[in-house]
Amino acid sequence: MNVLVYIENITGKFKKSTYEVVSYAAAIAKQTGGTLTAVSIGNVDASTLAEIGKYGAIKILNVQQDALSSFVNQAYASIISQAAKSVDATVVVLSNTFTGKGLAPRVAVKLAAAYVDGALELPTITGNSFSVKRGAFSGKAFANVTLNSAIKVITLSPNAYQINDLGTTATIEDFNPSTGAHDFQTMVKEIIRASDKISLPDAELVVSGGRGLKGPENWGMIEELASLLGAATGCSKPVSDSGWRPHEEHVGQTGIAVAPNLYIAIGISGAIQHLAGVSASKVIVVINKDPEAPFFKVADYGIVGDAFEVVPQLIEAVKVLKAQA
Amino acid sequence: MKILVCISNVPDTTTKITFNSNNTEFNTSGVQFILNPYDELALARAIELTEGGKGSVTVVNVGLADTEPTIRKALAIGADDAIRINAAPANAYFVAQQIAKIAKEGQYELILTGRESIDYNGAQTGAMIAEIMDMPSISIIKKLTIDANTATVEREIEGGKEVITVDFPFLASVTEGVAEPKIPNMRGIMSARTKPLQVVEAIAVDTLSSISSFDLPAARSTVKLISTNESAKLIEALHSEAKVI
Repeated sequence: MNVLVYIENITGKFKKSTYEVVSYAAAIAKQTGGTLTAVSIGNVDASTLAEIGKYGAIKILNVQQDALSSFVNQAYASIISQAAKSVDATVVVLSNTFTGKGLAPRVAVKLAAAYVDGALELPTITGNSFSVKRGAFSGKAFANVTLNSAIKVITLSPNAYQINDLGTTATIEDFNPSTGAHDFQTMVKEIIRASDKISLPDAELVVSGGRGLKGPENWGMIEELASLLGAATGCSKPVSDSGWRPHEEHVGQTGIAVAPNLYIAIGISGAIQHLAGVSASKVIVVINKDPEAPFFKVADYGIVGDAFEVVPQLIEAVKVLKAQA
Repeated sequence: MKILVCISNVPDTTTKITFNSNNTEFNTSGVQFILNPYDELALARAIELTEGGKGSVTVVNVGLADTEPTIRKALAIGADDAIRINAAPANAYFVAQQIAKIAKEGQYELILTGRESIDYNGAQTGAMIAEIMDMPSISIIKKLTIDANTATVEREIEGGKEVITVDFPFLASVTEGVAEPKIPNMRGIMSARTKPLQVVEAIAVDTLSSISSFDLPAARSTVKLISTNESAKLIEALHSEAKVI
């Protein structure tokens, strides 16, 4: 089956999640004996585009128009489905990022395709049918979704698939889709990005704080530890509800579900709603002064102790580790 | 302004999830169902936008009769009327087709959904409705303000936000920040019983996808405890044993 992957860029650069989705899509093309084409929308230079070839795409369709330099959901969805048709793709893969979540359902409807979001593994393929594993019940379970239609749309969870450099190269072609005024009904006025912060949903490392930190004024040490580790900062629901931290840092069932390699929970007791949002983490560290905190039951490493004593020691230890490196 | 808010009936956030029939069905026995928390935010913002006679809020749910307590809750919170499409929600595409039909008939200027339901977490239905209806959609917004015929929304993106303007009609899915949930007052609860709740039959939709089975996460190994005065050893273990830093 021919596979099309949408390679999302942020201000002309590709993120780790984009390389992951290309590797994932290349593996599906290989599984099904098809070829992989990538489609890029926006202003990405040729050398950055060429990088994608290493991961198994044989062709990159490049769509560059001024009107498309920022994200327009309808237009992007239309372009991706036109690209899929142009290469006879029966599988379309995107990243399950904020943008991917907005785009993929529209692409699926346009292509009359079955859609599964947040895939965690490669599909199991039986004839023309795919079975794809994804999270369900906000991280409390997994669901195996069967896709039966001729065309399938899949979004891949960030940090779920290994990037594989295959040493291949791709040709780059300009692609000129047809779009009309109708596709441009939303207008991005402003993009505000905290340049010094690591984004939480696709972070590899997360340092999260809870009510045990007693107040927003004590987040300095959380931020310092996170910054030394190159981690994103998160928090529990009571913390964001109290306005100590912004909502976008809320990790849990009704906030952001994360899947980092390392999740460090400091002063968070581990309510079931919070645990749901972190269950996909590979390693969980819990620091809490209450030995009965439910979070210890799902932790890989734990320290029963006062955050105000422990965290400064961790900060020093990370500094030592970095000095050795 | 006429606003349509799509609501979902989901297990309470404290539910311990288990499955029946060889892991093919969610075990609903003893489970308390609630209005999906993100949909509650959508409803709260819709009520704020129409307060003082500036419009009406209709809630729509695709579900069997057992979802009516959740629909009444939405009416108690402040929706003006409700529509229940009488079918078990097979998948997001099925639900989107049902709601799109209702939405076309009702000529709503704004359609709001939660960013995702906390049961299947698909985040699919909203954008699918918009695609079927051929209208703009903005997914996962944390702010929505209206000025004459133009709305300004803030969409969440990795590490920041986008400020977007859009003309009506459009659809948006909302997340935390868009409004605070509203608690129904006594008057709301009393009036909810008599507010109109229309039941309509579902249309046939092809089943493109289905859940074949569920799994529960594997149990984690027991925690390795490190004493407070040896905290530095944790960093060492994360580096050389777990190899995550």
